[in-house]
Amino acid sequence: MKNINGFVKTQLSNGLAVLVKEAHAAPVASFWVWYRVGSRNEHLGITGISHWVEHMLFKGTQAFPKGVAERDIAREGGVFNGMTGYDFTTYFATLPADRIELALRIEADRMVNALFDPDEVAAERTVIISERQGAENEPEFLLSEELMAAAFRVHPYGTDTVGHMCDLERMTRDQLFAHYRTYYVPHNALAVAVGDFDADEMVRLVEQCFGATSNSPDIPPMNAVEPPQRGERRVVVEGEGNVAYLQMVFRAPTVHGPDFFALTALDAALTGASGVTFFGGSLTNKSSRLYKALVATELATAISGSLLPTVDPFVYSLSAVVHAGVTPAEVVEALDAELARVAAESVTQKELTKAIKQVKAQFAYSSESVTAQALWLGFSGIFADYNWFENYIANLSAVTVEDAQRVAQKYLRRSNRTVGWYVPESNA
Amino acid sequence: MSTPGPEDITRSELPNGIVVLVRENHDSPSVVVSGYLHVGAYDERPEQAGLATFTAGTLMRGTANRTFERIYEELESVGASVGLGGGTHTTGFGTKSLVEDLPLVLDILTDVLRHPTFPGDEIEKLRGEILTDLEERAHDTRRMAGLTFYELAYPEEHPYARSLIGCSETISALNRDDLAEFYAGGYGPQGMTIVVVGAVETGDTLARIEDAFGGWEGHSYDRDPLPDVPRIAEVRERTVPIHGKAQSDIVLGYPGPPRAAPDFLDAFVCNTILGVFGLMGRLGENVRDAQGLAYYSSSRVAGGPGPGPWRVIAGVNPVNVERAIASIRAEIRRICDEPVGERELDDNKAFITGILPLQLETNDGVARTILNMERYSLGLDYLQRYADLIGEITVGRVQAAARRWLDPDAYALAIAGPPAI
Repeated sequence: MKNINGFVKTQLSNGLAVLVKEAHAAPVASFWVWYRVGSRNEHLGITGISHWVEHMLFKGTQAFPKGVAERDIAREGGVFNGMTGYDFTTYFATLPADRIELALRIEADRMVNALFDPDEVAAERTVIISERQGAENEPEFLLSEELMAAAFRVHPYGTDTVGHMCDLERMTRDQLFAHYRTYYVPHNALAVAVGDFDADEMVRLVEQCFGATSNSPDIPPMNAVEPPQRGERRVVVEGEGNVAYLQMVFRAPTVHGPDFFALTALDAALTGASGVTFFGGSLTNKSSRLYKALVATELATAISGSLLPTVDPFVYSLSAVVHAGVTPAEVVEALDAELARVAAESVTQKELTKAIKQVKAQFAYSSESVTAQALWLGFSGIFADYNWFENYIANLSAVTVEDAQRVAQKYLRRSNRTVGWYVPESNA
Repeated sequence: MSTPGPEDITRSELPNGIVVLVRENHDSPSVVVSGYLHVGAYDERPEQAGLATFTAGTLMRGTANRTFERIYEELESVGASVGLGGGTHTTGFGTKSLVEDLPLVLDILTDVLRHPTFPGDEIEKLRGEILTDLEERAHDTRRMAGLTFYELAYPEEHPYARSLIGCSETISALNRDDLAEFYAGGYGPQGMTIVVVGAVETGDTLARIEDAFGGWEGHSYDRDPLPDVPRIAEVRERTVPIHGKAQSDIVLGYPGPPRAAPDFLDAFVCNTILGVFGLMGRLGENVRDAQGLAYYSSSRVAGGPGPGPWRVIAGVNPVNVERAIASIRAEIRRICDEPVGERELDDNKAFITGILPLQLETNDGVARTILNMERYSLGLDYLQRYADLIGEITVGRVQAAARRWLDPDAYALAIAGPPAI
């Protein structure tokens, strides 16, 4: 039964987790299925397989042959897409609320019935390779790929979700299909609906569409644990272009302890709160410490920070575009001075108050969209629980100046980081 | 929330010419302000390319009442944003905040639009950022293909042929006086439109806007009509070599219908069929899905006050460039030569009208829609008429629009990427 806020959290007998939330501001609804599989579940030889499987789920089933699901959603006035991350693969549709059942029928069908036609696998191989080559056109992707490989030498987080070119060239249809069969089961998935409907009726509809889906054997365990880092690591990538880039990642705490929120608040002081909001943040960061230290001083033209919540401990990353005529080493020197200052003096209470207000505003903005709300509920369900999202502002508000200083000293150390420079060939 | 219309949009004109439109939405505690001024790259000389955008950027760098640091400290402290951006015909502005912070946001917006001081050190910083961005652009296949397309599709003297952000020569040559003079000559209330959408009270909001801008007496530029843009009668092709890249970007297109053209909606439906519907329409189906040539291949008809482009984009492996172009041209030929199917047309029309609730879900979406209704004189009841306007478009009208604006054998084509091996 829904609670007073029109919210239901439940689980079907086959293990499918279900989160449903009413939102009546606009006559629309968003439906998502999140699978607990992503590049975290991959190894050399099959890197990129989760992302490729995601593409194959748009290539047809018996009930919805190729192109039919997209067409049916579009002609109802909906949008329809999928995304693959380190920890998840997710599919969503947002539609006029009275048409949302179509999204449930499509997702329930392709949870088990995707065809993986060999010809379609072959055609999609070149599309995926093209997607990777498009990314390779960006110097920041080339740097990030090398940097993450250096930061993680055991854990799959060291490999980008798109996968290595050699694996994309050789992976087989049977490997893709086996991956699908292994991970696309109700007890490895989370269904989320937010929109202009009755929550109890929506739960019944989910039960009706997904209740009969059976499970396969257990999900293979993911045992990789990244060993402690013993000293700073450095990466230099040389490539075409006229502009240098700097990226720096620090091994970060798990989402489950207080350190995560303290580091989140610290990031807001250092690079602004758009890093706090993960998706769709549109805030500028020109009053942040690192903007003042790097951009206002004309060492860099942009600086950003990110602390992505993940299942296993990940990294806190800083990324800068180096100003023409400046070297990455000069940017690192100025950045180090700021990190030393924050470790010695912490941030101010005013900076913490600002971060909380920024997050509250971002939450208000994202509440206008059922798609954003469903994304948040589902995403937090992947690495924690929807409560993590609901308690986000309270946990951030509990961070003290002392907490921020403690995490600055604990995590933002040289020996805990990997530093990457992209050096354009004209300067190499 | 109902579809925005004359019943719940309040339109008002201030004595100095500013048009204000307000729509209340109390479902979220936020508010969006969106609008434009009648000044842009249209008003700059060719040798000053980038001046309008540079000037708009400079306004946020310091005012008579606030330094650059203070502007952003005040805004970011409350999680609000104010942005300004130069366009060709207009300079746009937008704000987003919690409703409790609207007075602050309006005060800053007024300050930057009416009292900029053009601080020399901040101008130099902004110039450095623009020049670095231009260095990045020179090695970005997508941006270079886009830039080159405009140069090919429009006559040299036409403002559309120039880059909005300029090039390193023009940006390096502009000085503080150029920016201040451009501002003084063209920023003013004439032709300015402001839309406010959110958890506000209409009467109070109109009073606030009048208080902020009612006393403004700026100037505006006299504009010569845009030069004629003849239909492209041949193939105009240029390749920008960028070594060391993995992928080439293609832009193939034409000067398209202005928003006010009688067949704009016909072209819009035609374009949806060609490169939007489902997974990038027929282009997605052919170039991506059937042939596996590209991760993206889609099309867009820009509309706008002038003959904005109707163009196809694709990102492909360098060895597949010719094949991709042939496929794109084949799809253009098909939509010109063969009537689209009734079922396909119905599906596309259902998509175009059905997606309105999604586009009107957020304050941003509503503000954007109302601004367009005002800008193109569509009428406040436009959304209520929209389904009928789309509904009456026929197979014949779609084909006529394709034939009028597209041509598989005469087009502008820009390619940026590594030479094929």
